[in-house]
Formats: sequence, structure tokens, C-alpha cells
Amino acid sequence: MSATTTENGTTFVPTAETLGAVLAPGVRPPRPSALSASLTFGWRAMLKIKHVPEQLFDVTAFPIMMTLMFTYLFGGALAGSPTEYLQFLLPGIMVTSVVMITMYTGVEVNKDIEKGVFDRFRTLPIWRPSTMVGYLLGDALRYTMASTVILVVGLVLGFRPQGGVSGVVLAIALLVAFSFAFSWIWTMFGLMLRSEKSVMGVSMLVLFPLTFLSNVYVDPRTMPGWLQAFVDVNPITHLVSATRSLMAGSPDAGEITWVVACGAVSIVVFGALTMRLYNRK
Amino acid sequence: MRDRTTDLAIETSGLVKIFGKHRAVDGLDLTVPAGTVYGVLGPNGAGKTTAVKMLATLLRPDGGEARVFGHDVLREPDAVRSRVSLTGQYASVDDEMTGVENLVLLGRLLGHKKPAAKDRAMALLEAFGLTEAGGRQVKTYSGGMRRRLDIAASILNTPDLLFLDEPTTGLDPRSRNQVWDIVRIVVAHGTTVLLTTQYLEEADRLAERIAVIDHGKVIAEGTPGELKSSVGSGTVHVRLRDAAQRPEAERVLARELNTRVHLEADPVALTARVSGEDTDAGAERAARALAALAASGIVVDDFSLGQPSLDEAFLALTGAPPGERDRTPTDTPATGQNAQEEAA
Ligand SMILES: Nc1ncnc2c1ncn2[C@@H]1O[C@H](COP(=O)(O)OP(=O)(O)OP(=O)(O)O)[C@@H](O)[C@H]1O
Ligand SMILES: [Mg+2]
Repeated sequence: MSATTTENGTTFVPTAETLGAVLAPGVRPPRPSALSASLTFGWRAMLKIKHVPEQLFDVTAFPIMMTLMFTYLFGGALAGSPTEYLQFLLPGIMVTSVVMITMYTGVEVNKDIEKGVFDRFRTLPIWRPSTMVGYLLGDALRYTMASTVILVVGLVLGFRPQGGVSGVVLAIALLVAFSFAFSWIWTMFGLMLRSEKSVMGVSMLVLFPLTFLSNVYVDPRTMPGWLQAFVDVNPITHLVSATRSLMAGSPDAGEITWVVACGAVSIVVFGALTMRLYNRK
Repeated sequence: MRDRTTDLAIETSGLVKIFGKHRAVDGLDLTVPAGTVYGVLGPNGAGKTTAVKMLATLLRPDGGEARVFGHDVLREPDAVRSRVSLTGQYASVDDEMTGVENLVLLGRLLGHKKPAAKDRAMALLEAFGLTEAGGRQVKTYSGGMRRRLDIAASILNTPDLLFLDEPTTGLDPRSRNQVWDIVRIVVAHGTTVLLTTQYLEEADRLAERIAVIDHGKVIAEGTPGELKSSVGSGTVHVRLRDAAQRPEAERVLARELNTRVHLEADPVALTARVSGEDTDAGAERAARALAALAASGIVVDDFSLGQPSLDEAFLALTGAPPGERDRTPTDTPATGQNAQEEAA
């Protein structure tokens, strides 16, 4: 490294000609549209994945582990055989895994926001939410990857969705779209909380009840009444039902509407809170 | 008379920022003419970064007013943002991305189409001597290279006002000189630069006007020459061969430099403040003093002229070293206590 420092650090002499050439005040392009700025930040998220590919561990290894663990741990006891249980379980596992990894959004935002580069982004005359939308676009890619990994593992283990390709694709699209909307809660916490650790802590506190107290693992009819009441209002329950229905080839319009409405509310509420915090920072 | 708002790059009055109980910026008044380098000089914690962040619309002022090219920072932040850019104290480039990626990203965010952003990135890397390093992640760069990339990013769309927050802190003398050269060229092309620094020498070399700030307030303002003449342009240190010649040397120095000469504890050493409008005038006087010593037959072993340090400047401007001002009896007990807490 010291060799390159000498190479580039000491032989460089700024001259009026070379610098003047780039300083000539050309015509400034108009400011980018909201979409274009968001996509550019999305591209930044992709570059981060390219430079730090290890971070894909949590969208590959974790979902594989979840699928294997639950299929063989509960499969025999709950549904007679792992393959039978898998038909019921896989959509739920996919939802759980993807919803679980949404929390990394908050951690990323929290880590990034302290860096000086954010100060530069915030002095640009761009559509302000685009920075956050960019994160979530990158994350949407991660969610898609995780879903695909789980689907492949499921297919290998014997998962045979009746909905066919279109059913599965629609199910994954719904899941990724919901997760994108839901992630605004994490951008909010990422900006609100002081440290990565506290972001993790809060994420766990929110995610464990949401994912476990749902219809992912067992039929809610086996649960006591008060728990059923919670499971029934839990958005994850509706997401799982909607995903299952799509994969099974019998789309449940009611559940899908529920999920879309829930996502819209999440974007409006947590998106607004996120931007409030972002502008205050 | 011309429209004042177009002549002034920055105009603040009574600007205040409070963190908890601490008044980081406490009634700051600045007037920065367009087209110049304006130096903001102050020690650690003086409120330089806080002031710059308010002017760059990153922090909301708690009181007072600030205008950038006539646009209020609170009411018209986008108008301000479209004309300024900021090179923060801590690198405002992304460590994990390469130099090219950093510049292309920014180019896209400023509205360039992809090919144009790429061309611009390459041209900037070339101009800043970073072509070879362009494909490497920024975390592998040296401090000087990172600073240059940071400045390159700031002039991607040549701004009307460039904030440079301590651009040379932590750089070696060579990299520091490169940054100085860059600043001079940028200003020559019509960009106004607001530069914060802890070094009197840096402000002196680059800035047309300097505001000295401490505890969030301007304590002195003027051209480097004006400040220098109140501070003295440096200190002459003399060592004699023979202690017996010291009284004679003292007389000669006092006459030539027209100042009080300080006798050091060391019996052969003397020091004296040199006054003068600028460094050159100070050096000339010092040279004349040396000649006069020789002419009087005094044998000098060592003779040097030192720049006044920021500490000396503070001493001269405020009568106290930086941070000590609050303890003068005229201050309220509350602020005095604050300063002590800070020092603790
Ligand atoms: N976000 C913050 N929260 C609380 N206090 C802060 C914050 N930012 C700055 N301060 C305090 O405000 C004061 C001024 O800080 P500032 O960073 O503006 O100083 P500075 O002149 O830039 O110093 P330096 O030369 O060290 O960069 C300091 O006492 C600092 O501790
Ligand atoms: Mg600072």
C-alpha cells in the first residue's frame, strides 16, 4: 500500500490546465426524477453486494437451514411425513425467512447513516426519500434471492406446488412487495436508534412474535382462543395464507387484498416517520 | 449599488445551534463575499463543523438567520443545495466503493445520464491524479488520495459555493500543498470557498478574509494582514555565542523590530514578536534585524523566524489561550462552569 501511496500521492501536481478543464462550468443537467434517483441508490446497494458478497450469507444459508430444520423436525410429528408437511410448510417458511431478513435493512441504515457520505447525499437537490427507497430496492433483490433459494431447496425435498410457475411467481412477487413495504419500519428504527445492537434487539422483539404467533407452523385452530385472536390479526398470518393460496393455485382474493392494504398502510405510516427522522438527522 | 444578495455568498446573523445545554454555535455573524476564499479559523470544538452543517442545510439552526446566495437555508433548502457542495471533515466518499463508482453514483444523482456520468468521472480522476486508483475501493486509498477524491466529488457539478471542512487536517505537507493548489485553482474559476481550519498558516495562505471563532462566536474578523498586524507575523528566536552580548543584542533587536524583547531563562537566548502586514514583511524585518546584529559585532549562533501558532494568535486576540476565555471575571458564573466541565 505504501508503494501506491508514493506513486499516486506524491507525483501528482495539480495544474491549472488539467483542473481547469474539469472546472469549466458546463451546462448543468436537470435534477434527476424521483424514480431515477431511487434506482441510482438501488444500484449503490447492488454495488455493496458486489463488494461484500459475504453479506449474502443470510439470504442463502439461513433460509436453507430453516427449511431443512423445520421440515424434518416437525414434519413426522405434525403431518405424518416430512414430504406431506412440506406442502403446508414451505410457503410459510419462505415468508418467515424473508420477513426475518428484512431486519438487516435497519442495521444497514444505522451503520451507514453515521458515515460522512450521507452528509453528501443530504446536500444533493434530489427527491429525499430516494436514498431510503434505494436501500429497499437492493433489499428487494435479496428477498427475491432468498425466496428462490428456499423454493429450490423445497423442490428438491419434494415440494410440488399446484399453482404451477405462475402461481409461484405471483406468490414470490407478493411476498417481496410486502417485505419492501414492511421494511420501512426498519428504516425508521435504523434512523431512530443509536446503535446496531439496539436495532437488532428491537427487530427480534418485533419479528419473533410476528412470525411464530402465526399460522406458519401449525393450524391456529389448535391454539387457545386468546392466541387465535392475535394470530388472526397478525399480518404475517394473512401473508402466509395469501402466499399458500397462490402457490396452491387457488388464489384467495380476500387475503391478497388484506396483504396489499397492510403494505400500503406500512409505507404511508413508516415511510412518513422515516422521512421525518431522516430530515431531522 | 448592486444587489447585495448576489454579491454575498453567505450571510448569517445571530446563528445559534444548541446540543442539549451546550451552545455549539452561539450567535454567529458571518458575511462572505462571493468569489473568494473565506477562512474560518478556530480550535477543536469551536463550532466550525456545526456552522458549516447549518449552512449546507444538514442541521437546522435553533436561532438566527442564514442565507446562501440570498436563499434562506430553512425556507429554501433546495435552492441552497443546488448551488453548494460539501467536503466534510470526515471523508464524504463511500469506503466500500471504488473511486469510479463513487463519482459515477454522484454524477447520476446530479442528473447526468450514465455515459455522461462515466465520462465526467474519468475526466475528474485524470485531473486529480487518481486514474490508476480509480478501480480500487476507496478504503485502500491514502489520506491524501481520499481527500482529492472527496474534492473531485464536490466539484462534479462545479458549485457556486464549496464548503471545505478542515480539508488538510491529518495530511502530510505534500498532500496539504496539493489541496492548497486545488483550492486556488477552484477559486480562480469563480467558485466561492468557505474553508475551516485549525491552522493560522493555512488560512493566511489561502483566505482573503478570515473569521476567528471560539465557543461558537466570531472573536475577530478581517484580512490576514489585519489579523497578522494584531497578532504579529511571527516570533524571532535568537541564540548568541556569548551571554555577555545579550544586553547589546536586546537593544539592537528592540530598535530594529520596534517591539519588546523577551529574555529567555537560557542566558544566551532572546525572543521577540515581529509585527508586519504579512509574512513577507515580517521576514524582511527579521532579516534586517539579523544584519543589524552582525553589524554591531554580535555573534549569533542561531536565528529563526517562526510563524505565530494558533495559540499565539488566540493569546493576542483574546488575551487568553483557546478555551480559557470563559474564565475571565466578566463572564457569568454559568459559562465559566461550562468551560471547566468541558476541560475536565
Ligand atoms: N451532534 C452533536 N451532539 C452533541 N454535541 C455536539 C454535536 N455535534 C457537535 N457537538 C458539540 O458542539 C461543539 C462544536 O462542535 P464542532 O464539531 O462544530 O466543532 P469544530 O469546530 O468543528 O471542532 P473540530 O476542530 O474538532 O472539528 C463541540 O463541543 C461538540 O462536542
Ligand atoms: Mg469540525
